[in-house]
Amino acid sequence: MKKVAGYPDSLTDKQFHYCPGCTHGIIHRLVAEVIDELDLKEKTIGVAPVGCSVLAYEYFDVDMHEASHGRAPAVATGIKRVHPDKFVFTYQGDGDLASIGTAEIVHAANRGELISTVFVNNAIYGMTGGQMAPTSLEGQRTTTSPFGRDVKEAGFPIKMSEMLTELDGSAYIARVSVHDPKHIRKAKKAIKKSFEIQLEGKGFSLVEVLSTCPTNWGMKPLDAIEWLKNNMIKTYPLGDLKTPEGVE
Amino acid sequence: MGKKTLMKGNEAIAEAAIRAGCRYFFGYPITPQSELPAYLARKFPEVGGTFLQAESEVAASNMVYGAAGAGARVLTSSSSPGISLKAEGISYIAGAELPAVIINIMRGGPGLGTIQPSQADYFQATKGMAHGDFYLTVLAPSSVQEAVDLTMDAFDIADKYRNPVLIVGDGIIGQMMEPVEFKDPIDPDDLPKKEWATDGAKGRERNIINSLALDPHDLEDHNLKLKAKYDRMKEEEVRYEELYTEDADIIIVAYGTTARIATSAIEMARKDGYKVGLIRPITLFPFPSDIINETADRVENFLTVEMSLGQMVEDVKLAVSGKKPVHFYGRTGGVVPSPEEIVEEIEKIGGER
Ligand SMILES: Cc1ncc(C[n+]2csc(CCOP(=O)(O)OP(=O)(O)O)c2C)c(N)n1
Ligand code: SF4
Repeated sequence: MKKVAGYPDSLTDKQFHYCPGCTHGIIHRLVAEVIDELDLKEKTIGVAPVGCSVLAYEYFDVDMHEASHGRAPAVATGIKRVHPDKFVFTYQGDGDLASIGTAEIVHAANRGELISTVFVNNAIYGMTGGQMAPTSLEGQRTTTSPFGRDVKEAGFPIKMSEMLTELDGSAYIARVSVHDPKHIRKAKKAIKKSFEIQLEGKGFSLVEVLSTCPTNWGMKPLDAIEWLKNNMIKTYPLGDLKTPEGVE
Repeated sequence: MGKKTLMKGNEAIAEAAIRAGCRYFFGYPITPQSELPAYLARKFPEVGGTFLQAESEVAASNMVYGAAGAGARVLTSSSSPGISLKAEGISYIAGAELPAVIINIMRGGPGLGTIQPSQADYFQATKGMAHGDFYLTVLAPSSVQEAVDLTMDAFDIADKYRNPVLIVGDGIIGQMMEPVEFKDPIDPDDLPKKEWATDGAKGRERNIINSLALDPHDLEDHNLKLKAKYDRMKEEEVRYEELYTEDADIIIVAYGTTARIATSAIEMARKDGYKVGLIRPITLFPFPSDIINETADRVENFLTVEMSLGQMVEDVKLAVSGKKPVHFYGRTGGVVPSPEEIVEEIEKIGGER
């Protein structure tokens, strides 16, 4: 099948089902571009999550495995152990990774599992209709925190990436955002670095990408971008949080 | 081949898995199956196998899901509470049509229960493992030798149907030492390549391992395809053993450890003139309904004996279809029935001799 010029080889022609203004699509594209640039298309196995990106297996034109909710790191562990010479990544939302799948991500990172995780944090459960996530900001209104997240009742926004840096098995942990072209370029660089870390056998790598959910945040796409920039980054500061020695 | 070794059930099952070409194990510690993972942790390095102690049974079953999708022969083992947690992964494995072998060395329940032998997971094994319209092939050995043979067969059955196979035993089968003989080992490199597996789409269309089908008509088609496999299992995989059935007027139906105890009871009762026979299901799914139904035409009574409050007895009743009375005797909570107790039940049914 012929692809449109400039369109990543590692994406299928299938049109994304994401809502207008949702940045899942941008993140998919970055992942696919990096797979192409590192010439990984024929050695990649991707693991899709449960969440809005559950259909990621329809978009990435590589071998794909659809996991159960939160278990992508365990599924990826099984795959990587069988094919240690292949490239294995998981793509997970924040409900998936930071709530139901906390044990799986912590222990995959702690084992130094040679997999790379793309962690899409939109501070809400998108697919199920906008419930509070462990990542939801203090005071954030969702269908299950209609008066705003009260940290006394519902706990605090969980900083998974910072937690994971503490584990000896994690090699590279970064947080990026995709709210403007400059940050999109930085996000791609981080994703590329995390994939290279796996290929070099250095350990577990994860890139948290701050992402929008205009639909469930109840905002127009541009307002959602502004909200991410003005609110999410304060709670979730950007940058390389952990880098192996000798890696720029 | 040909040499008999004295081995514990759990270790013998582990050795059989290695000989079946299995090189991947993911599990979480629980009694009374601990010798099985410990054996593999010791032996896998010699054959290039991967042993991984997971953070939970949930994770373990999802690692199995990943490894099975990647094309490997893969094993996990646990005991009752752990199997409940593995249920998530097992449902996905069945939905995605992947081969895998699961061992349940059953213990008494519900809840944390006891580590003593039990058959109270029959419903879970054969009908209600997890959400969705699916079945596992369920094998129930009654000796260490049979556990070895069924473990080797389980990997072939799993591959043949692309369906998870569950082997159920209990602490007695797992801990008992018996002489066993192993078949020649299979080299995993000699097994046919699984063309559907995820191993990097080199020079081919990509492969997708998935259990999601948003369109209900697609999912119905998929479920009907699964049903066709289960129907084929009913045609091709039913296994059972008959003992003293030719002249019998009472038939005991029992599986696993209980079948061994029932056999002793039958031999005792026969000395007193009771014509008792045994039908021992070896496959719990598919269930040997036909032989039970045919036998109902020529015997007077059935007695199902289980280490539970009565679970398999429902399948026996369905198979007998009201042709003859089906009695039940069970001990539960980790209590093992004695042959004498079973003889008493036989006497109740057969009358004074
Ligand atoms: C075991 C299980 N529990 C709950 C669900 C329902 N569910 C589907 S998606 C989802 C949340 C996804 O949110 P997130 O991971 O943040 O991804 P997003 O949709 O926001 O991209 C939930 C709870 C499920 N599919 N499986
Ligand atoms: S619900 Fe939110 S996360 Fe899901 S596609 Fe729409 S905008 Fe994106």
